[in-house]
Parts: sequence; structure tokens; C-alpha cells
Amino acid sequence: MSASVAELHRPAARPSAPAQGKAGHTGPILIVLAIIVALWYAFAVYLNAPFQKSLYERDGQAWTYADLVRDTLYQERPVLPAPHQVAAEIWKTTVEVKPSSKRSLVYHGWVTLSSTLLGFAMGTALGILLAVFIVHNRAADRSVMPWVVASQTIPILAIAPMIIVVLNAVGLSGLLPKALISTYLSFFPVVVGMVKGFRSPEPLQLDLMRTYYASPSQVFWKLRWPSAVPFLFTSMKVAVAISLVGAIVGEMPTGAVAGLGARLLAGSYYGQTVQIWAALFAAAAIAAVLVMLIEFAQRIVLRHMGMTPP
Amino acid sequence: MTVHPDFKDRGSLQSGQGSVVEANGLGLTFETNDGPVQALADVDLTISKGEFVSFIGPSGCGKTTFLRLIADLEKPTAGTITINGMTAEEARQKRAYGYVFQAAALYPWRTIERNVGLPLEIMGVPRAERKERIHRTLSLVNLSGFEKKFPWQLSGGMQQRASIARALAFDADLLLMDEPFGALDEIVRDHLNGQLLELWARTEKTICFVTHSIPEAVYLSTRIVVMSPRPGRVTDVIQSTLPAERPLDIRETPEFLAIAARVRDGLKAGHSYE
Repeated sequence: MSASVAELHRPAARPSAPAQGKAGHTGPILIVLAIIVALWYAFAVYLNAPFQKSLYERDGQAWTYADLVRDTLYQERPVLPAPHQVAAEIWKTTVEVKPSSKRSLVYHGWVTLSSTLLGFAMGTALGILLAVFIVHNRAADRSVMPWVVASQTIPILAIAPMIIVVLNAVGLSGLLPKALISTYLSFFPVVVGMVKGFRSPEPLQLDLMRTYYASPSQVFWKLRWPSAVPFLFTSMKVAVAISLVGAIVGEMPTGAVAGLGARLLAGSYYGQTVQIWAALFAAAAIAAVLVMLIEFAQRIVLRHMGMTPP
Repeated sequence: MTVHPDFKDRGSLQSGQGSVVEANGLGLTFETNDGPVQALADVDLTISKGEFVSFIGPSGCGKTTFLRLIADLEKPTAGTITINGMTAEEARQKRAYGYVFQAAALYPWRTIERNVGLPLEIMGVPRAERKERIHRTLSLVNLSGFEKKFPWQLSGGMQQRASIARALAFDADLLLMDEPFGALDEIVRDHLNGQLLELWARTEKTICFVTHSIPEAVYLSTRIVVMSPRPGRVTDVIQSTLPAERPLDIRETPEFLAIAARVRDGLKAGHSYE
């Protein structure tokens, strides 16, 4: 007896997913980018014009609107620097100086990145552990979860300086205090996502384990953990982005000497708006790369598990 | 449809080999917010080794509940149930039965062979033997060649056969099947019914089969348990007079239709809304 023809010819339940998409995306993205850049230039002229006009007035110089537009885009300390000024600053501080120099964005970016990654790793681990605890323990479910939620209502900007100062007093300084702020922020999405993930198996899938008289650890490793993997990646994407925010916030309050946060602070002390914007773009680029790396890992892992990412 | 030669001897196996399932005054009442709901009341039933028993009735009649009580997925609130002379919990700990659910409930991240191997992994069967058993059970349900496929790459009927293979993999003598073909179309269903009968003949298992299709129940069973709801209870137990060998067209014979009519009457009697 062979498998029935009727069955074999039925279409698969799911289409092969990654076929569509990709191709149609670049066009719209470029259009949006062009609009943003155009708006940015317009605003740069508009916002920098008053200062420029007062300069002309002071020097008693005659000016045309063409002069005004040109000069507003090349000020030393503009209210809003033009895109090409920011680009030039980024180029200068990444390519033209040595990465070990204190004036290098690569150097400051690395300082921030290392504490981001450490904090993210600790936050993810803490989040997973708490989720395991919450899912397996009724009392923990009722007692821990409200505290987890409450922890996120404290404004991090207020608590970050205190964490740094307190840890400094007990002899901890440098990377770890900053990383702890990242941890504090990043464990939250992981706890919430993983609690949901560990509870995502269907009743039938759990009943099946019961009929096999499986031990709790077998149920965890063979059912709950694999079910939660897609949730883990989704939470990690959120967690890594706010880890970076945590690291930058941690670099700001104590007059830290290195990192993108210190760079932002120094820039605002000395009115170096171009430097601020360059640091902001560096932070955005790091966040984008980190999220993309996680997405890439997600794609590989889920494909290996026979699933396609959402 | 070809039938395995062993099939002809099945009738003689039904009696005198000890009971596999024995229920006495079995009942289960759920406490809900709207007060107690009696899912099953006062069921006395003995199932012997090698029987193929179908449970039929409208929804809410407790047929699935009875299966879940055998499987120790629910605890009775009245009466007793033993499986091979043990309590239901002991039987579950000894892995005395394989359970096939309404849905295939395959784990989507496991290939078909790893799904079938799941109970073997949990029970600590060594890798080499696992491989051999997976191979054997997959060929038993005609799924050889699909080992490396993921569940979503298979049709619904093939997924359900994989779930049957999974229940057979660890060679329990008792097979509990809860409307396994309920979601499939009729052609696939006929086909799987034939395969199931053949498998039953080959493996000498005891099968408890929940369905709400009268032809399916009559075609498959050596005994049909008719149930009715509110409270869930047994209203009739019909011993099949059909021969052991059952080609598909047996369903047009007067004998078959007579049994089906009796089942239908039993269902109607339990359904007294007037």
C-alpha cells in the first residue's frame, strides 16, 4: 500500500516564505531618505538664519538670499548643522584620526559598544532566568512580576547617576556600572517576552508530554524552550537597542571621559552641535547594526528549526 | 484494499486474555463558576486485550473525558479505573499507552523523524535503537522517505499518520485515539481507516477510539460504546457481528447497516430534547 495520491498532491500548509519582499523595498526607502534630507536642509537654513542675519548686521555687510543660504549651511556652531557638515565631521573623526585617539568616534563608539554588549548579555541572561522562575513557580508569578513592571516606572535618567556614584563608592568603576544600567533596562523586554514564550505551547503539546511521563526539565528543554525561541529574538531586538540607550545615559552624568555619552555631553558644554549630531548618528548606526545582527541570527536559527521568521 | 492475513484471526483474541481497562462507577464532575458540571457519570466498562472499542456520541457526552481518565490526564471524582490492573497514574508512569490527539500536535521545530523519536528520547532509548524504531514505525504508517521533512511540509493526513507513528514508536499495548481523523476529508479518512485496521491486525494492540461518525465506528470496531450527554454516560454497548475481514464496501451490506441503525437509535434515545 502506498501513500494516497490525493494526500501527496495537497499543497503544503505554508508557502515558502522568504520568496517575496526585498526587491520592492529600496525605492521607497530612498524616496523617504531624500525627503528627510531635503527637509533637514530647509530647517537648517531656517533655524540658522537669525544668527547669520545678526552677523551681517554687525559687520554692516550687504547680503542676498543666496549668500544667506550658503552661509547658514557652513556655520561653525549652527543651531542645526547641515547634513554635509555632520557627514564631514563623521568622516574626519572616524577615518582621518587613529582609532586609539580620544578624538576618534571609533574609540568612543567602542567604549559605548563594549558596555552595551556586556549589559545586554547580563540583561538577557537575567531576563531568561527570571522568566524561567516565574513560569515554574506560582508564588514567583504573583510576587516577582509586579516588581519587574514597577522597576521600569523609575526614570532611568534620575537613577543612573546614583547607581554610578554608589558603585563608585564601593570601588566599582569603569565598564561595569554603565553595563548595569544597560542590564536594568534590557532585562525587562526579555522577561516579558520569555514568560509569554515559555507559556506559548498549546495544551495538546503539553498533554503529550504528560502522557510520556516527562520530567519538568524534559518539558522545559524539549517543549518550552524551543517554543520560546522566536519570542527570545524579538525581545532581544528591543533589549539591545535600549541597552545602548542605557550605556549612553550611564556615560553622561559623572563627567565620564569616554564613550558616545561623554561625547554628547562635551559637545553640549562647548556648543559643538556638529559633534553632538555626529555622535548621535554613530549611536544610531551602532543600534541599527546590532539589531540587524540579531535579525540575522534569528533567520539562521529559525531556519534551522524549520520555522520562518515572522 | 488488501488485508493482512493475520487479520482473519482477530476474533479469537477478544476474550479470555484479561482486561486492559476496567472502570467501575467512574465519574468526573468539574467545578466551574456556574456550578458543578457532570462530565461523566457512573460508567462501568471492561475492555479486554486486543479489542477495538469505539466511543460514539454527541459533543459533551464525555467520550473524550473517558479517554483522558484512562490516560490519567484527568482524575476521577467518583468510582475507580484500572489499566492492566494498575491505577491510571501508575500506568502512565509505566508508559502503558500511546495517545493520539484530535490534532496531530507535532512539534513544528522537529523533523518528522525527530517528532516520532520524541517519546523515545524522553524514555531514554539509546540512539541506535531509536533510529531503528523510528524507521520501523514510519514504514508502518507509510511515511518512509519523509523522515527529514518538517511537519508543515506534509498534508494534514500525513501529519496525523506521523502522530500515530509517534504513539506507536514506544510499543505500548494500548492505543488511545481521540477523533484522530475528525479534521480530515472523507477520502483520506477512508484510506486511514483501512490502514488503521491493518495496523491493528498486525500489532495486536488494544485500541480505544473516539469518534462521532457512525460509519467510522461501525467499520472499525469490535465493540461500540454509545454515549449521551448531560450527564455524560453510557447508554448502549454494541458487540459487532461483522467479520474480522472488512473491505471498504462492507459498508453497503445489510449487516453493517443494521448495526449502524442500532447505533443511530442509541444516539437518538440519548438525545431526548422533547
